[in-house]
Amino acid sequence: MPLVLIKHALGLSRPKRQLPAQKELKSSYDVVIVGGGGHGLAAAYYLAKDWGVTNVAVLEKSWLGGGNTARNTAIVRSNYITPEGVRFYKESMGLFETLSQDLDFNVMYTKRGHLTLAHTDAAMRTMRWRAEVNKHLGVQSEVVDDKDVARIEPALNMSRAVRWPILGALHHPVGATARHDAVAWGYAQRAAEMGVEIHQGTEVTGFELSGGKIVSVQTTRGKVGCGKVLQAVAGMSSKVAGMAGVTLPIRTIPLQACVSQPLKPFLDTIIVSGSLHCYIWQSQRGECVMGGAVDPYPLQAPRSTLDFKEGLMAHMLELIPGLADVPLMRQWAGLADMTPDFSPVMGKTSLENHYIDAGWGTWGFKATPVCGKRMAECVATEKVPDILSAFRFDRFKNFEQVGEAGAASVGS
Amino acid sequence: MKIMNCPLNGPRNISEFAYGGEVKPTPDAQAPTQEWADYVYYHANQPGILREWWLHVPTSYWFIAERDVTTDRIIATFKPEEVLR
Ligand SMILES: Cc1cc2nc3c(=O)[nH]c(=O)nc-3n(C[C@H](O)[C@H](O)[C@H](O)COP(=O)(O)OP(=O)(O)OC[C@H]3O[C@@H](n4cnc5c(N)ncnc54)[C@H](O)[C@@H]3O)c2cc1C
Repeated sequence: MPLVLIKHALGLSRPKRQLPAQKELKSSYDVVIVGGGGHGLAAAYYLAKDWGVTNVAVLEKSWLGGGNTARNTAIVRSNYITPEGVRFYKESMGLFETLSQDLDFNVMYTKRGHLTLAHTDAAMRTMRWRAEVNKHLGVQSEVVDDKDVARIEPALNMSRAVRWPILGALHHPVGATARHDAVAWGYAQRAAEMGVEIHQGTEVTGFELSGGKIVSVQTTRGKVGCGKVLQAVAGMSSKVAGMAGVTLPIRTIPLQACVSQPLKPFLDTIIVSGSLHCYIWQSQRGECVMGGAVDPYPLQAPRSTLDFKEGLMAHMLELIPGLADVPLMRQWAGLADMTPDFSPVMGKTSLENHYIDAGWGTWGFKATPVCGKRMAECVATEKVPDILSAFRFDRFKNFEQVGEAGAASVGS
Repeated sequence: MKIMNCPLNGPRNISEFAYGGEVKPTPDAQAPTQEWADYVYYHANQPGILREWWLHVPTSYWFIAERDVTTDRIIATFKPEEVLR
Protein backbone atom coordinates (compact mmCIF):
# COMPACT_ATOMS: atom_id res chain seq x y z
CA MET A 1 0.00 0.00 0.00
CA PRO A 2 1.38 3.47 -0.85
CA LEU A 3 2.81 5.23 2.20
CA VAL A 4 0.61 8.30 1.69
CA LEU A 5 -2.55 6.20 2.08
CA ILE A 6 -1.26 4.57 5.25
CA LYS A 7 -0.52 8.00 6.69
CA HIS A 8 -4.10 9.09 6.08
CA ALA A 9 -5.54 5.80 7.29
CA LEU A 10 -3.77 6.32 10.63
CA GLY A 11 -5.71 9.54 11.00
CA LEU A 12 -2.74 11.86 11.01
CA SER A 13 -4.51 14.40 8.83
CA ARG A 14 -8.24 14.05 9.53
CA PRO A 15 -10.34 17.14 8.87
CA LYS A 16 -11.49 18.88 12.06
CA ARG A 17 -15.10 18.57 13.25
CA GLN A 18 -17.08 21.50 11.89
CA LEU A 19 -19.32 21.84 14.93
CA PRO A 20 -18.47 21.01 18.53
CA ALA A 21 -20.00 17.78 19.86
CA GLN A 22 -23.55 18.33 21.11
CA LYS A 23 -23.83 18.81 24.88
CA GLU A 24 -26.69 18.32 27.34
CA LEU A 25 -29.18 21.20 27.34
CA LYS A 26 -28.51 23.80 30.04
CA SER A 27 -31.30 24.69 32.46
CA SER A 28 -31.79 28.08 30.82
CA TYR A 29 -30.55 30.45 28.11
CA ASP A 30 -30.84 34.18 27.55
CA VAL A 31 -32.22 33.51 24.07
CA VAL A 32 -33.76 30.31 22.73
CA ILE A 33 -34.02 30.19 18.94
CA VAL A 34 -36.55 27.69 17.62
CA GLY A 35 -35.53 26.39 14.17
CA GLY A 36 -32.04 25.66 12.84
CA GLY A 37 -32.62 26.77 9.28
CA GLY A 38 -30.66 29.59 7.67
CA HIS A 39 -32.74 32.26 9.42
CA GLY A 40 -32.37 30.87 12.96
CA LEU A 41 -28.65 30.22 12.53
CA ALA A 42 -28.02 33.66 11.02
CA ALA A 43 -29.84 35.30 13.94
CA ALA A 44 -27.68 33.30 16.38
CA TYR A 45 -24.52 34.42 14.56
CA TYR A 46 -25.42 38.14 14.57
CA LEU A 47 -26.62 38.00 18.20
CA ALA A 48 -23.16 36.82 19.16
CA LYS A 49 -21.16 38.92 16.72
CA ASP A 50 -23.02 42.25 16.74
CA TRP A 51 -24.43 42.23 20.27
CA GLY A 52 -22.18 39.94 22.30
CA VAL A 53 -25.17 37.77 23.28
CA THR A 54 -23.76 34.24 23.40
CA ASN A 55 -25.84 32.43 26.02
CA VAL A 56 -28.00 31.27 23.12
CA ALA A 57 -29.40 27.86 22.10
CA VAL A 58 -30.63 27.02 18.62
CA LEU A 59 -33.11 24.12 18.86
CA GLU A 60 -33.64 22.17 15.65
CA LYS A 61 -36.01 19.22 15.48
CA SER A 62 -34.15 17.43 12.69
CA TRP A 63 -30.78 18.46 11.25
CA LEU A 64 -29.27 21.83 10.36
CA GLY A 65 -30.80 23.38 7.29
CA GLY A 66 -32.96 20.29 6.72
CA GLY A 67 -36.10 22.39 6.25
CA ASN A 68 -36.67 24.82 3.43
CA THR A 69 -33.10 26.09 3.60
CA ALA A 70 -31.80 23.04 1.73
CA ARG A 71 -34.89 22.68 -0.46
CA ASN A 72 -35.03 26.07 -2.07
CA THR A 73 -33.82 26.96 -5.52
CA ALA A 74 -31.32 29.47 -4.14
CA ILE A 75 -32.27 32.57 -6.14
CA VAL A 76 -31.18 35.91 -4.66
CA ARG A 77 -32.53 39.20 -6.04
CA SER A 78 -33.89 42.54 -4.87
CA ASN A 79 -36.06 43.78 -7.78
CA TYR A 80 -39.33 43.67 -5.85
CA ILE A 81 -42.14 46.20 -6.20
CA THR A 82 -42.89 47.71 -2.77
CA PRO A 83 -40.35 50.23 -1.41
CA GLU A 84 -40.40 48.38 1.94
CA GLY A 85 -39.54 45.11 0.22
CA VAL A 86 -36.91 46.52 -2.14
CA ARG A 87 -35.05 48.27 0.69
CA PHE A 88 -35.05 45.09 2.74
CA TYR A 89 -33.88 42.69 0.02
CA LYS A 90 -31.27 45.20 -1.13
CA GLU A 91 -29.71 45.15 2.33
CA SER A 92 -29.70 41.35 2.17
CA MET A 93 -27.87 41.32 -1.17
CA GLY A 94 -25.32 43.72 0.28
CA LEU A 95 -24.63 41.22 3.06
CA PHE A 96 -24.49 38.33 0.57
CA GLU A 97 -21.81 40.18 -1.44
CA THR A 98 -19.23 39.72 1.31
CA LEU A 99 -20.69 36.72 3.13
CA SER A 100 -18.04 34.21 2.02
CA GLN A 101 -15.28 36.51 3.32
CA ASP A 102 -17.15 37.46 6.50
CA LEU A 103 -17.79 33.82 7.40
CA ASP A 104 -14.58 32.50 5.87
CA PHE A 105 -16.86 29.88 4.34
CA ASN A 106 -17.53 29.69 0.61
CA VAL A 107 -21.25 30.22 0.01
CA MET A 108 -20.65 30.29 -3.76
CA TYR A 109 -22.47 33.57 -4.27
CA THR A 110 -22.66 33.83 -8.06
CA LYS A 111 -24.07 36.74 -10.05
CA ARG A 112 -25.82 35.40 -13.12
CA GLY A 113 -28.25 38.14 -14.11
CA HIS A 114 -32.01 37.68 -13.78
CA LEU A 115 -34.74 38.16 -16.40
CA THR A 116 -38.41 38.38 -15.43
CA LEU A 117 -40.18 37.81 -18.75
CA ALA A 118 -43.25 39.77 -19.83
CA HIS A 119 -45.70 38.19 -22.24
CA THR A 120 -48.43 40.84 -22.27
CA ASP A 121 -48.67 44.64 -22.41
CA ALA A 122 -50.01 44.61 -18.86
CA ALA A 123 -46.94 42.70 -17.68
CA MET A 124 -44.66 45.19 -19.50
CA ARG A 125 -46.38 48.01 -17.60
CA THR A 126 -45.77 46.24 -14.27
CA MET A 127 -42.11 45.76 -15.22
CA ARG A 128 -41.78 49.51 -15.86
CA TRP A 129 -43.30 50.22 -12.48
CA ARG A 130 -40.93 47.79 -10.78
CA ALA A 131 -37.91 49.22 -12.63
CA GLU A 132 -38.80 52.75 -11.47
CA VAL A 133 -39.21 51.72 -7.82
CA ASN A 134 -35.98 49.69 -8.02
CA LYS A 135 -33.90 52.46 -9.59
CA HIS A 136 -35.26 55.03 -7.17
CA LEU A 137 -33.94 52.88 -4.32
CA GLY A 138 -30.60 52.23 -6.00
CA VAL A 139 -31.21 48.71 -7.29
CA GLN A 140 -29.93 47.85 -10.77
CA SER A 141 -33.06 47.06 -12.75
CA GLU A 142 -34.17 47.91 -16.25
CA VAL A 143 -36.92 47.10 -18.74
CA VAL A 144 -35.52 45.53 -21.91
CA ASP A 145 -37.26 44.69 -25.19
CA ASP A 146 -37.41 41.35 -26.99
CA LYS A 147 -34.22 41.97 -28.98
CA ASP A 148 -32.28 42.60 -25.79
CA VAL A 149 -33.78 39.51 -24.18
CA ALA A 150 -32.55 37.44 -27.14
CA ARG A 151 -29.09 38.96 -26.81
CA ILE A 152 -28.86 38.51 -23.02
CA GLU A 153 -30.10 34.91 -23.09
CA PRO A 154 -29.77 33.24 -26.52
CA ALA A 155 -31.19 29.95 -25.18
CA LEU A 156 -34.73 31.39 -25.03
CA ASN A 157 -37.33 30.68 -27.70
CA MET A 158 -38.20 34.13 -29.09
CA SER A 159 -40.72 32.83 -31.65
CA ARG A 160 -44.00 34.73 -31.88
CA ALA A 161 -45.75 31.49 -32.86
CA VAL A 162 -46.39 30.39 -29.28
CA ARG A 163 -49.29 30.96 -26.89
CA TRP A 164 -47.33 33.54 -24.84
CA PRO A 165 -44.54 35.16 -26.93
CA ILE A 166 -41.80 37.03 -25.03
CA LEU A 167 -42.36 40.79 -25.47
CA GLY A 168 -39.62 41.98 -23.13
CA ALA A 169 -38.38 41.59 -19.59
CA LEU A 170 -37.26 43.21 -16.37
CA HIS A 171 -33.49 42.79 -16.37
CA HIS A 172 -31.74 42.62 -13.00
CA PRO A 173 -28.04 42.20 -13.82
CA VAL A 174 -27.07 41.50 -10.19
CA GLY A 175 -29.55 38.61 -9.75
CA ALA A 176 -27.60 35.77 -8.18
CA THR A 177 -27.60 32.31 -6.64
CA ALA A 178 -25.81 31.01 -3.55
CA ARG A 179 -25.12 27.57 -2.15
CA HIS A 180 -28.02 27.30 0.31
CA ASP A 181 -26.69 24.69 2.75
CA ALA A 182 -23.32 26.46 2.85
CA VAL A 183 -25.14 29.55 4.11
CA ALA A 184 -26.64 27.54 6.98
CA TRP A 185 -23.37 25.76 7.75
CA GLY A 186 -21.26 28.90 7.58
CA TYR A 187 -23.48 30.73 10.05
CA ALA A 188 -23.70 27.64 12.30
CA GLN A 189 -19.97 27.12 12.46
CA ARG A 190 -19.09 30.74 13.23
CA ALA A 191 -21.92 31.08 15.76
CA ALA A 192 -20.76 27.92 17.54
CA GLU A 193 -17.20 29.29 17.68
CA MET A 194 -18.53 32.32 19.57
CA GLY A 195 -20.28 30.10 22.14
CA VAL A 196 -23.77 29.60 20.72
CA GLU A 197 -25.07 26.06 21.39
CA ILE A 198 -26.67 24.26 18.48
CA HIS A 199 -28.90 21.34 19.40
CA GLN A 200 -30.06 19.12 16.56
CA GLY A 201 -32.66 16.41 17.06
CA THR A 202 -34.37 18.66 19.61
CA GLU A 203 -38.01 19.47 18.86
CA VAL A 204 -39.90 22.23 20.66
CA THR A 205 -43.23 20.79 21.82
CA GLY A 206 -44.66 23.60 23.94
CA PHE A 207 -44.18 26.86 25.81
CA GLU A 208 -44.93 27.59 29.43
CA LEU A 209 -46.53 31.03 29.74
CA SER A 210 -46.80 33.25 32.77
CA GLY A 211 -47.88 36.90 32.93
CA GLY A 212 -47.80 37.47 29.16
CA LYS A 213 -44.29 35.99 28.83
CA ILE A 214 -42.79 32.68 27.80
CA VAL A 215 -40.92 31.40 30.86
CA SER A 216 -39.78 28.04 29.58
CA VAL A 217 -39.62 25.96 26.45
CA GLN A 218 -40.60 22.29 26.43
CA THR A 219 -38.56 20.08 24.15
CA THR A 220 -38.20 16.39 23.37
CA ARG A 221 -35.02 16.54 25.48
CA GLY A 222 -36.54 18.26 28.50
CA LYS A 223 -37.48 21.74 29.61
CA VAL A 224 -35.30 24.86 29.31
CA GLY A 225 -35.82 28.29 30.81
CA CYS A 226 -35.58 31.28 28.48
CA GLY A 227 -35.10 35.02 28.64
CA LYS A 228 -36.41 35.52 25.14
CA VAL A 229 -37.69 33.24 22.37
CA LEU A 230 -37.16 33.78 18.65
CA GLN A 231 -39.04 31.45 16.35
CA ALA A 232 -37.81 30.97 12.78
CA VAL A 233 -39.54 27.80 11.61
CA ALA A 234 -40.96 28.79 8.18
CA GLY A 235 -43.65 26.23 7.22
CA MET A 236 -44.21 25.30 10.88
CA SER A 237 -44.76 28.92 11.99
CA SER A 238 -48.45 28.60 12.86
CA LYS A 239 -47.87 25.37 14.74
CA VAL A 240 -45.08 26.81 16.91
CA ALA A 241 -46.81 30.19 17.43
CA GLY A 242 -49.97 28.26 18.32
CA MET A 243 -48.07 26.68 21.24
CA ALA A 244 -47.75 30.23 22.61
CA GLY A 245 -51.40 31.00 21.86
CA VAL A 246 -50.51 33.36 18.98
CA THR A 247 -52.53 33.12 15.75
CA LEU A 248 -50.78 34.21 12.54
CA PRO A 249 -51.92 35.58 9.17
CA ILE A 250 -50.37 32.53 7.50
CA ARG A 251 -51.38 29.49 5.49
CA THR A 252 -48.97 26.60 4.96
CA ILE A 253 -48.80 25.50 1.32
CA PRO A 254 -46.31 23.09 -0.32
CA LEU A 255 -43.89 24.46 -2.89
CA GLN A 256 -42.22 22.06 -5.31
CA ALA A 257 -39.09 22.09 -7.43
CA CYS A 258 -37.06 19.72 -9.59
CA VAL A 259 -33.74 19.37 -11.42
CA SER A 260 -32.82 17.87 -14.78
CA GLN A 261 -29.86 15.65 -15.50
CA PRO A 262 -26.60 17.59 -15.91
CA LEU A 263 -26.13 19.26 -19.30
CA LYS A 264 -23.22 21.20 -20.76
CA PRO A 265 -23.48 24.88 -19.77
CA PHE A 266 -26.04 26.53 -22.10
CA LEU A 267 -28.01 28.88 -19.86
CA ASP A 268 -26.28 31.87 -18.23
CA THR A 269 -29.19 33.78 -16.79
CA ILE A 270 -31.90 33.08 -14.22
CA ILE A 271 -35.16 33.08 -16.20
CA VAL A 272 -38.53 33.71 -14.53
CA SER A 273 -41.93 33.96 -16.14
CA GLY A 274 -44.69 35.20 -13.89
CA SER A 275 -47.48 34.63 -16.40
CA LEU A 276 -46.31 31.08 -17.15
CA HIS A 277 -45.63 30.32 -13.47
CA CYS A 278 -42.19 28.88 -14.03
CA TYR A 279 -38.50 29.63 -13.55
CA ILE A 280 -35.20 28.00 -14.49
CA TRP A 281 -31.44 28.40 -14.04
CA GLN A 282 -28.50 26.10 -14.66
CA SER A 283 -26.39 25.10 -11.67
CA GLN A 284 -22.61 24.79 -11.52
CA ARG A 285 -23.13 21.03 -11.90
CA GLY A 286 -25.03 21.61 -15.14
CA GLU A 287 -28.43 20.64 -13.78
CA CYS A 288 -31.40 22.81 -14.73
CA VAL A 289 -33.06 23.91 -11.49
CA MET A 290 -36.76 24.48 -12.12
CA GLY A 291 -39.80 25.50 -10.12
CA GLY A 292 -43.11 27.31 -10.26
CA ALA A 293 -45.93 28.60 -8.10
CA VAL A 294 -47.09 27.05 -4.82
CA ASP A 295 -49.51 24.11 -4.87
CA PRO A 296 -53.16 24.98 -5.44
CA TYR A 297 -54.21 24.40 -1.81
CA PRO A 298 -52.76 24.23 1.74
CA LEU A 299 -51.16 21.15 3.27
CA GLN A 300 -49.06 20.70 6.42
CA ALA A 301 -46.59 18.16 4.98
CA PRO A 302 -44.49 18.41 1.82
CA ARG A 303 -45.04 15.97 -1.04
CA SER A 304 -44.29 15.82 -4.74
CA THR A 305 -46.98 15.51 -7.40
CA LEU A 306 -47.21 14.60 -11.06
CA ASP A 307 -49.56 17.56 -11.62
CA PHE A 308 -46.74 19.95 -10.67
CA LYS A 309 -44.31 18.43 -13.18
CA GLU A 310 -46.85 18.35 -15.99
CA GLY A 311 -47.98 21.92 -15.41
CA LEU A 312 -44.43 23.21 -15.15
CA MET A 313 -43.13 21.46 -18.25
CA ALA A 314 -46.06 22.51 -20.41
CA HIS A 315 -44.87 26.09 -20.00
CA MET A 316 -41.14 25.46 -19.75
CA LEU A 317 -41.12 23.84 -23.19
CA GLU A 318 -42.48 27.04 -24.72
CA LEU A 319 -39.52 28.94 -23.30
CA ILE A 320 -36.81 26.34 -24.03
CA PRO A 321 -38.15 23.67 -26.42
CA GLY A 322 -34.86 21.72 -26.36
CA LEU A 323 -35.61 20.59 -22.81
CA ALA A 324 -38.20 18.14 -24.18
CA ASP A 325 -35.52 15.44 -24.51
CA VAL A 326 -33.90 16.00 -21.12
CA PRO A 327 -34.74 13.59 -18.26
CA LEU A 328 -35.62 14.91 -14.80
CA MET A 329 -33.33 13.66 -12.02
CA ARG A 330 -35.03 14.68 -8.79
CA GLN A 331 -38.24 16.27 -7.59
CA TRP A 332 -38.98 17.49 -4.06
CA ALA A 333 -41.10 19.87 -2.00
CA GLY A 334 -40.89 22.18 0.98
CA LEU A 335 -43.47 24.03 3.07
CA ALA A 336 -44.15 27.68 2.32
CA ASP A 337 -45.63 29.89 5.06
CA MET A 338 -47.76 32.16 2.87
CA THR A 339 -49.08 35.54 4.00
CA PRO A 340 -52.03 37.30 2.31
CA ASP A 341 -49.80 40.13 0.99
CA PHE A 342 -46.68 38.10 0.05
CA SER A 343 -44.57 39.99 2.59
CA PRO A 344 -43.00 38.50 5.72
CA VAL A 345 -44.16 38.73 9.33
CA MET A 346 -41.32 39.95 11.57
CA GLY A 347 -40.67 41.52 14.93
CA LYS A 348 -42.47 41.11 18.25
CA THR A 349 -45.74 39.31 18.88
CA SER A 350 -48.36 40.09 21.51
CA LEU A 351 -46.23 38.31 24.13
CA GLU A 352 -43.54 40.36 25.85
CA ASN A 353 -40.52 38.17 25.02
CA HIS A 354 -41.67 36.31 21.90
CA TYR A 355 -40.06 37.31 18.61
CA ILE A 356 -41.10 36.05 15.22
CA ASP A 357 -39.45 35.67 11.83
CA ALA A 358 -42.06 34.06 9.58
CA GLY A 359 -44.22 34.44 6.50
CA TRP A 360 -41.25 33.66 4.30
CA GLY A 361 -43.32 31.70 1.81
CA THR A 362 -41.48 31.11 -1.41
CA TRP A 363 -39.02 33.99 -1.11
CA GLY A 364 -37.10 33.71 2.16
CA PHE A 365 -33.71 32.28 1.21
CA LYS A 366 -32.51 35.56 -0.27
CA ALA A 367 -33.45 37.29 2.99
CA THR A 368 -31.43 34.97 5.25
CA PRO A 369 -28.59 37.43 6.08
CA VAL A 370 -30.77 40.51 6.58
CA CYS A 371 -33.32 38.59 8.67
CA GLY A 372 -30.57 37.22 10.86
CA LYS A 373 -28.96 40.61 11.32
CA ARG A 374 -32.13 42.63 11.91
CA MET A 375 -33.91 40.03 14.07
CA ALA A 376 -30.76 39.82 16.22
CA GLU A 377 -30.93 43.62 16.60
CA CYS A 378 -34.63 43.41 17.46
CA VAL A 379 -34.07 40.70 20.09
CA ALA A 380 -30.97 42.35 21.60
CA THR A 381 -32.35 45.90 21.80
CA GLU A 382 -36.02 44.92 22.30
CA LYS A 383 -36.84 47.59 19.70
CA VAL A 384 -38.17 46.87 16.22
CA PRO A 385 -35.68 48.31 13.66
CA ASP A 386 -37.27 50.72 11.16
CA ILE A 387 -36.55 48.42 8.25
CA LEU A 388 -38.76 45.72 9.87
CA SER A 389 -41.63 47.86 11.11
CA ALA A 390 -43.76 47.57 7.94
CA PHE A 391 -43.76 43.77 8.39
CA ARG A 392 -45.26 43.73 11.92
CA PHE A 393 -47.41 40.71 12.62
CA ASP A 394 -50.61 42.59 13.48
CA ARG A 395 -50.62 44.81 10.35
CA PHE A 396 -53.62 42.98 8.91
CA LYS A 397 -55.76 43.91 11.91
CA ASN A 398 -55.81 47.43 10.47
CA PHE A 399 -55.73 46.36 6.82
CA GLU A 400 -52.16 47.69 6.42
CA GLN A 401 -50.88 45.18 3.90
CA VAL A 402 -47.53 45.48 2.10
CA GLY A 403 -48.78 44.10 -1.24
CA GLU A 404 -45.69 42.48 -2.72
CA ALA A 405 -46.74 41.74 -6.30
CA GLY A 406 -43.05 41.34 -7.13
CA ALA A 407 -43.13 38.04 -5.23
CA ALA A 408 -46.63 36.97 -6.12
CA SER A 409 -46.15 35.88 -9.68
CA VAL A 410 -44.11 32.76 -9.35
CA GLY A 411 -42.68 33.10 -5.94
CA SER A 412 -38.94 32.89 -6.03
CA MET B 1 -54.87 11.71 -10.48
CA LYS B 2 -56.47 12.90 -7.27
CA ILE B 3 -60.25 12.72 -7.13
CA MET B 4 -62.67 14.72 -4.99
CA ASN B 5 -66.29 13.80 -4.58
CA CYS B 6 -68.42 16.87 -5.33
CA PRO B 7 -71.80 16.66 -3.55
CA LEU B 8 -73.44 18.06 -6.69
CA ASN B 9 -71.41 16.56 -9.57
CA GLY B 10 -69.95 13.36 -8.14
CA PRO B 11 -66.26 12.31 -8.33
CA ARG B 12 -64.18 14.82 -10.31
CA ASN B 13 -60.48 15.54 -10.86
CA ILE B 14 -59.02 17.73 -8.07
CA SER B 15 -57.89 20.27 -10.68
CA GLU B 16 -61.57 21.23 -11.16
CA PHE B 17 -61.78 22.51 -7.58
CA ALA B 18 -60.58 25.66 -5.82
CA TYR B 19 -59.80 25.94 -2.13
CA GLY B 20 -61.87 28.45 -0.15
CA GLY B 21 -60.49 28.44 3.41
CA GLU B 22 -61.27 26.91 6.80
CA VAL B 23 -64.94 26.78 7.84
CA LYS B 24 -65.36 29.16 10.78
CA PRO B 25 -68.20 31.31 12.10
CA THR B 26 -68.75 34.41 9.94
CA PRO B 27 -68.88 37.68 11.92
CA ASP B 28 -72.07 39.67 11.90
CA ALA B 29 -72.27 42.18 9.01
CA GLN B 30 -72.24 45.00 11.59
CA ALA B 31 -69.28 43.54 13.58
CA PRO B 32 -66.27 45.82 14.18
CA THR B 33 -63.66 45.94 11.40
CA GLN B 34 -61.18 44.23 13.69
CA GLU B 35 -63.36 41.14 13.89
CA TRP B 36 -63.66 41.03 10.09
CA ALA B 37 -59.88 41.42 9.73
CA ASP B 38 -59.39 38.44 12.05
CA TYR B 39 -61.89 36.42 10.05
CA VAL B 40 -60.34 37.24 6.69
CA TYR B 41 -56.60 37.15 7.46
CA TYR B 42 -55.85 35.09 10.57
CA HIS B 43 -56.08 31.30 10.41
CA ALA B 44 -55.48 28.51 12.91
CA ASN B 45 -53.48 26.69 10.16
CA GLN B 46 -52.81 23.65 12.36
CA PRO B 47 -52.27 20.02 11.37
CA GLY B 48 -55.24 17.66 11.79
CA ILE B 49 -58.66 17.00 10.29
CA LEU B 50 -60.36 20.19 9.17
CA ARG B 51 -63.59 21.32 7.53
CA GLU B 52 -62.93 23.59 4.56
CA TRP B 53 -64.83 25.45 1.87
CA TRP B 54 -64.24 24.19 -1.66
CA LEU B 55 -65.59 25.37 -5.00
CA HIS B 56 -66.32 23.18 -8.02
CA VAL B 57 -65.17 25.77 -10.54
CA PRO B 58 -66.98 24.65 -13.74
CA THR B 59 -70.38 24.71 -11.98
CA SER B 60 -69.62 27.46 -9.40
CA TYR B 61 -70.86 25.15 -6.65
CA TRP B 62 -69.58 25.81 -3.09
CA PHE B 63 -69.52 22.94 -0.60
CA ILE B 64 -67.71 21.73 2.52
CA ALA B 65 -65.03 19.02 2.64
CA GLU B 66 -63.50 17.28 5.62
CA ARG B 67 -59.81 16.76 4.94
CA ASP B 68 -56.76 15.57 6.83
CA VAL B 69 -54.46 18.51 6.11
CA THR B 70 -51.32 16.53 6.95
CA THR B 71 -51.91 13.52 4.69
CA ASP B 72 -54.19 15.26 2.15
CA ARG B 73 -56.81 12.49 2.56
CA ILE B 74 -60.31 13.74 1.74
CA ILE B 75 -62.58 12.10 4.31
CA ALA B 76 -66.04 13.33 3.36
CA THR B 77 -67.79 16.10 1.43
CA PHE B 78 -71.08 17.76 2.33
CA LYS B 79 -73.62 20.12 0.87
CA PRO B 80 -73.35 23.31 2.95
CA GLU B 81 -76.94 22.96 4.18
CA GLU B 82 -76.04 19.57 5.74
CA VAL B 83 -73.39 21.24 7.93
CA LEU B 84 -74.59 24.80 8.52
CA ARG B 85 -78.10 24.79 9.87
C1 LIG C 1 -38.98 24.43 -3.48
C2 LIG C 1 -38.64 25.74 -2.85
C3 LIG C 1 -37.96 26.71 -3.59
C4 LIG C 1 -37.63 27.95 -3.03
N1 LIG C 1 -36.90 28.83 -3.77
C5 LIG C 1 -36.49 30.00 -3.21
C6 LIG C 1 -35.64 30.86 -3.96
O1 LIG C 1 -35.24 30.56 -5.10
N2 LIG C 1 -35.26 32.03 -3.38
C7 LIG C 1 -35.66 32.38 -2.12
O2 LIG C 1 -35.29 33.45 -1.66
N3 LIG C 1 -36.45 31.55 -1.38
C8 LIG C 1 -36.87 30.37 -1.89
N4 LIG C 1 -37.66 29.51 -1.16
C9 LIG C 1 -38.10 29.92 0.20
C10 LIG C 1 -37.03 29.63 1.24
O3 LIG C 1 -36.56 28.30 1.11
C11 LIG C 1 -37.55 29.79 2.66
O4 LIG C 1 -38.31 30.97 2.79
C12 LIG C 1 -36.38 29.87 3.65
O5 LIG C 1 -35.54 28.76 3.48
C13 LIG C 1 -36.87 29.93 5.07
O6 LIG C 1 -35.74 29.75 5.91
P1 LIG C 1 -35.92 29.43 7.42
O7 LIG C 1 -34.56 29.29 8.00
O8 LIG C 1 -36.84 30.43 8.02
O9 LIG C 1 -36.74 28.06 7.43
P2 LIG C 1 -36.29 26.54 7.32
O10 LIG C 1 -35.06 26.35 6.54
O11 LIG C 1 -37.50 25.76 6.93
O12 LIG C 1 -35.91 26.22 8.83
C14 LIG C 1 -36.86 26.02 9.83
C15 LIG C 1 -36.36 24.89 10.70
O13 LIG C 1 -37.19 24.79 11.85
C16 LIG C 1 -37.28 23.44 12.21
N5 LIG C 1 -38.45 23.27 13.06
C17 LIG C 1 -39.77 23.29 12.71
N6 LIG C 1 -40.56 23.08 13.77
C18 LIG C 1 -39.73 22.93 14.84
C19 LIG C 1 -39.95 22.69 16.23
N7 LIG C 1 -41.18 22.53 16.73
N8 LIG C 1 -38.87 22.58 17.03
C20 LIG C 1 -37.59 22.71 16.55
N9 LIG C 1 -37.34 22.94 15.23
C21 LIG C 1 -38.39 23.05 14.40
C22 LIG C 1 -37.33 22.70 10.89
O14 LIG C 1 -36.91 21.36 11.01
C23 LIG C 1 -36.41 23.54 10.01
O15 LIG C 1 -35.10 23.02 9.93
C24 LIG C 1 -38.02 28.26 -1.69
C25 LIG C 1 -38.71 27.30 -0.95
C26 LIG C 1 -39.01 26.04 -1.49
C27 LIG C 1 -39.74 25.04 -0.66
